[in-house]
Amino acid sequence: MIRILAILGGLFFAVASLWAFGLGAFTAATTTTEKPAEYAFHEEWTGPEDGFSFDGIVGNWDRQQLQRGYQVYKEVCAACHSLNYVAFRNLADLGYNDAEVKAEAASWTVPGIDPNTGEAVGRPGLPTDNFPSPYANNVAAAAANNNAIPPDLSLMTKARKNGSDYVYSLLVGYGSPDPEKLAKYPEFETPDGLYFNKYFPNVNIAMAPPLNTGQVIYADGTEATISQMSEDVAAFLSWTAEPTMVKRKQTGWPVLGFLLFATILAWFAKKQVWSSVKPRKDD
Amino acid sequence: MSFSWARQYEPKNGFTQWMDERLPLPRLVYNAVGAGYPVPRNLNYMWNFGVLAGFFLVLQIITGVVLAMHYASDATVAFAKVEHIMRDVNWGWLMRYAHANGASFFFIVIYMHIFRGFFYSSYKAPREMIWLLGVVIFLLMMATAFMGYVLPWGQMSFWGAKVITGLFGAIPLVGEPLQVWLLGGFAPDDAALNRFFSLHFLLPFVIAGVVIMHIWALHIPGSSNPTGVEVKQESDTVPFHPYYTAKDGFGLGVILILFAIMVFFLPNALGHPDNYIEANPLSTPAHIVPEWYFWPFYAILRAFTVDFLFIPAKLMGVIAMFGSILIWFILPWLDRSPVRSGHYRPLFRKFFWFGLIPAMVVLFICGGAPAEEPYVMLSQLATAYYFLHFLVIIPIIGQIEKPKPLPYSITEAVLGSDKKAVKGENATPAV
Repeated sequence: MIRILAILGGLFFAVASLWAFGLGAFTAATTTTEKPAEYAFHEEWTGPEDGFSFDGIVGNWDRQQLQRGYQVYKEVCAACHSLNYVAFRNLADLGYNDAEVKAEAASWTVPGIDPNTGEAVGRPGLPTDNFPSPYANNVAAAAANNNAIPPDLSLMTKARKNGSDYVYSLLVGYGSPDPEKLAKYPEFETPDGLYFNKYFPNVNIAMAPPLNTGQVIYADGTEATISQMSEDVAAFLSWTAEPTMVKRKQTGWPVLGFLLFATILAWFAKKQVWSSVKPRKDD
Repeated sequence: MSFSWARQYEPKNGFTQWMDERLPLPRLVYNAVGAGYPVPRNLNYMWNFGVLAGFFLVLQIITGVVLAMHYASDATVAFAKVEHIMRDVNWGWLMRYAHANGASFFFIVIYMHIFRGFFYSSYKAPREMIWLLGVVIFLLMMATAFMGYVLPWGQMSFWGAKVITGLFGAIPLVGEPLQVWLLGGFAPDDAALNRFFSLHFLLPFVIAGVVIMHIWALHIPGSSNPTGVEVKQESDTVPFHPYYTAKDGFGLGVILILFAIMVFFLPNALGHPDNYIEANPLSTPAHIVPEWYFWPFYAILRAFTVDFLFIPAKLMGVIAMFGSILIWFILPWLDRSPVRSGHYRPLFRKFFWFGLIPAMVVLFICGGAPAEEPYVMLSQLATAYYFLHFLVIIPIIGQIEKPKPLPYSITEAVLGSDKKAVKGENATPAV
């Protein structure tokens, strides 16, 4: 009885899904769905040519590069983008000593309270403070940016597939659409107030091209090309997204070594224990 | 319980004797996973995954309890609290990555365990109760994992919670009020996050309780084995310790190596980047996908794209998704073949390898893919096969199949003849 009911139930589900399949196949055969023109202009991001120093299983931070990237963030990105989850004390990871971290923190103004009047005021940052937001709240951020709220950058490289490459590609990806593709999709145009960027998912981004050649003057004398600045800030944001990344990889090696050793021992222990009950070859 | 030749626990000194008379806990362990539990001598590595599942349950509880010490289930701070764990808590990143990947590995070993059950028909009499409890554990795991994924309060947490609780809205008449009652509101927010955290903390201990019953039920008939022939004599078995403790130790080492590779070098590979964006009810992600271990069932849910008879498409999908697992509860009574092991069932084996497994692979891929063609059509075909396999094909091949001859005993299968077994050879394990 239960098997008869089961067979009926199985046929019911099978017929229902095949019915949906039939209708779907009919629709697919009789209608053509065209993807929006953006798909044709979008390109997959690839990252800098030589990759990043922290790529791969033994990669490490390039502290010089992180410091340069921090400079780009501070002088360019920070005008619009917050870095909520990072504290000034974390800058010690970049190779700054205690005094330098203190000085760096003090160069930012963070929200505070006047000790005499209790009024909200700005005060110099302390190492224990987090990076301040450029806007008081999301409404102010939207109002100042044509209704597009600049996202927090702390986790940007983890919030996109191959995020470090994405940040780099996005920053170097501004330009005009490929004329060949434009000939194919003549109706395609970038709306007012947006900018064409082939690496942005829908190719029209609200952020104006943020970098110009020579926009920052690097203390270490590196030439500030757009590509250089993009790579540096992408590296910096990879650090902000996961400051423990290098420690994680460096911890992994001894752990793997121990496990490998223990597993080999376990293999021989297993062989030894089983040797007396395994059928012998000559039997 | 257990076999007549099972070795008896003998307290060796005054203290263990004293303990044995008052709280015979060492005796329990000895009989459960010690030398007092005779196990078929021919188990292959597919029999490692039960112990491994137990290991990952314990690992999830330990890492989870530590994470809970640093987390707060308040929608305004939950996301920041997770980042606090990642950045400021000592070894917090290790705890969180071990917990997130530990969930994936728990599902990997459970799927291997279930796969073993399907192929060797471990669910057949007299082991139906072990199977039923196992399905209960699997359902509890799915609920626990789903609620755990909501806790970081990222975009996929929020939208996953919205989609899955929205399924209850498809139930006729009571659906909408039920959904509101489950969430404590019209959309996932503080109320939902708090109750999910509470239940996510509770359910693993419920799972542990059902696991104890699962193992208890296992110890009545004893473990099954790759031939599917029941244990007949002492030479068919070896004591669990040291034979299977040694073998499980090696298996544990192998899985931990894979686990360490994921945790230390690819910790986010099994997650979704969108979950590093804080939950935003006003911005819907382009593709809402659950965690990889739900993909086959998510594909079944989405396969029903049109109304069938008088049943709305959404309700049909919900019934099919829950039904796809609930039918496992009646599997022991659907499969009437007297032979257990797939090795001796030529017809069953063909449908298993060339039907069920490809269908599961297709469902897995389609569940993770966007709801576009050809994925939708493929998942519809695979869904049809999935239900036909369990509900139609398995009952029918049980009737018509001519199984291959079985060995007389496990000893014969291993040694070629029962006579070769030395009487009592396994009573004293080599150390």
